Amino acid sequence: MNLPVIIKFIIDLLAVLLLALGIKGLSKVKSARDANRLAAFAMSLSVVGLLSYYLGTSGIAIQSWIWIIIGSIIGSFFGAILAKKVPMTSMPETVALFNGCGGMSSLLVALGVAIFPISGGQENFDFFKSLINEVSISVSIFVGAITFTGSIVAMAKLQGWLSTPGWTQSKVRHFVNIVFAVASLIAFFDLINGNTSSIWLLVIVSSLLGIGVTLPIGGADMPVVISLLNSYSGIAAAAAGFVVDSQLLIVAGAMVGAAGLILTQVMCKGMNRSLVSVLFGGSLSAQSTASSGSGEYTNITSCSVEECALTLEAANKVIIVPGYGLAVAQAQHTLREVTKKLEQNGIEVVYAIHPVAGRMPGHMNVLLAEADVPYEQLKEMDVVNPDFPATDVVLVLGANDVVNPQAKNDSSSPLYGMPVLDVQEARTVFVIKRGMSAGYSGIKNDLFDLPNTSMVFGDAKKVLNDLIGELKDLGVGEK
Amino acid sequence: MSFISLLWVLLLGSLLGLELIGKVPPTLHTPLMSGANAISGITMLAALTLIVKAEGNVPLLIIGSVSLGFALFNVVGGFFVTDRMLAMFSRKPSNKK
Repeated sequence: MNLPVIIKFIIDLLAVLLLALGIKGLSKVKSARDANRLAAFAMSLSVVGLLSYYLGTSGIAIQSWIWIIIGSIIGSFFGAILAKKVPMTSMPETVALFNGCGGMSSLLVALGVAIFPISGGQENFDFFKSLINEVSISVSIFVGAITFTGSIVAMAKLQGWLSTPGWTQSKVRHFVNIVFAVASLIAFFDLINGNTSSIWLLVIVSSLLGIGVTLPIGGADMPVVISLLNSYSGIAAAAAGFVVDSQLLIVAGAMVGAAGLILTQVMCKGMNRSLVSVLFGGSLSAQSTASSGSGEYTNITSCSVEECALTLEAANKVIIVPGYGLAVAQAQHTLREVTKKLEQNGIEVVYAIHPVAGRMPGHMNVLLAEADVPYEQLKEMDVVNPDFPATDVVLVLGANDVVNPQAKNDSSSPLYGMPVLDVQEARTVFVIKRGMSAGYSGIKNDLFDLPNTSMVFGDAKKVLNDLIGELKDLGVGEK
Repeated sequence: MSFISLLWVLLLGSLLGLELIGKVPPTLHTPLMSGANAISGITMLAALTLIVKAEGNVPLLIIGSVSLGFALFNVVGGFFVTDRMLAMFSRKPSNKK
């Protein structure tokens, strides 16, 4: 071993260690921010390690430098711009986009190596070694392509650019996807047999497979898919590590792949959906039309903002249930104003956060933190559920499925078994909603029919603004 | 590096990943996902290797460069956006505006 090899070895080892510590630290609120920076540092360290290794051994041609600089500047520039500009509400689709690009990167590396075999290291041709090389190239392309197209479809669906086409809800899609999967398998074996041109077939078919699998999945399940695709991009990176013979890539890719799988599992649990039903079950709304979902509302009480304000003023304990609708209306800040007024009047206010509130677990916490809501006021579902019977007023803002009592009472409901917030236990429930439309799942919400529930129709932000006005008139919070 | 030892690396890396995410509060799911996502952009190293070893092969240089661009988009964007999210949590309730 010569010096550059030893130095690279040490740097790689250090980078892996720091990356592991980074992932570990990201799972605790206190250390998360530092951990993220640590991981970023480890990544730059690994680049320095790789470049210094090549400088110390084969050297790096000027031409290579030019292309390295071009690629780095363009990629980093757009990444940084997007990261700075994107609103917090679009976080899930942003992660999907970044993730897809990671998959694309692995795909391109494998494609490059496949079309123009890298010189050096492969001189003494060895059947076993070339087999491994071809397998890892195929895996990298296959997983990379699925990650890329899947993430792009997920992003487009979350942005509302793509809807769920009707045919994807029928059994046809399984047939179509099986055809794609079989075709990728054929391309894969063809490739190993030495037919290099079938690599294009593999690229095309696995891209189509990524689309075909993601397209039928409904909006509510999208976070799970993004998390799964995130895990895939780790696997793609590990496969690319086999292609270019880099242990660091394999370790980091494997870590992300495994961590992503765990995270996916945790999310599924929060939504009471199995991974299998997310991937192959189609969107919930399609199932629900056949079952109990399409019932009519019979006992809707609607009330004015003024009534709502009066009830709030008389309350001792108020629980806010925020949902994605709140974020869409950009009403977090207005909500914070309302709760400030209530608090100044000595009313106890907490926020009940369902594990999948927003569009991704933890998304709502981010959105509320953006509006300066104190971290201590955010209560997780299991903590807050026993408090509902002792609560005077619950304000449901843009949440729907997560407060549907059907999930507890109606075993025929597609939501049955999903953990929900027991808001109906409170004395009065106000649901602020634009209309009677159903939630993500497309299922009727029994809560709206209950006698202690009143609907306040209107855009969340407008209603909250009116509420501030009404509370002012009542003299709430003006001490 | 022999293939077998690379497989060991894969196995141990996966176990490490499984072990690291033991108990994560739901608050951190989104940042964690986005942070892990940034790390998966480590393929930038593969892209760099490709460019360095291209030896003047222009199509390969271009593929490598595009790949590097995609990877860095993922890495830089991922870390920045994670930091943005986490910055909101670290704000103390006492010193808010």
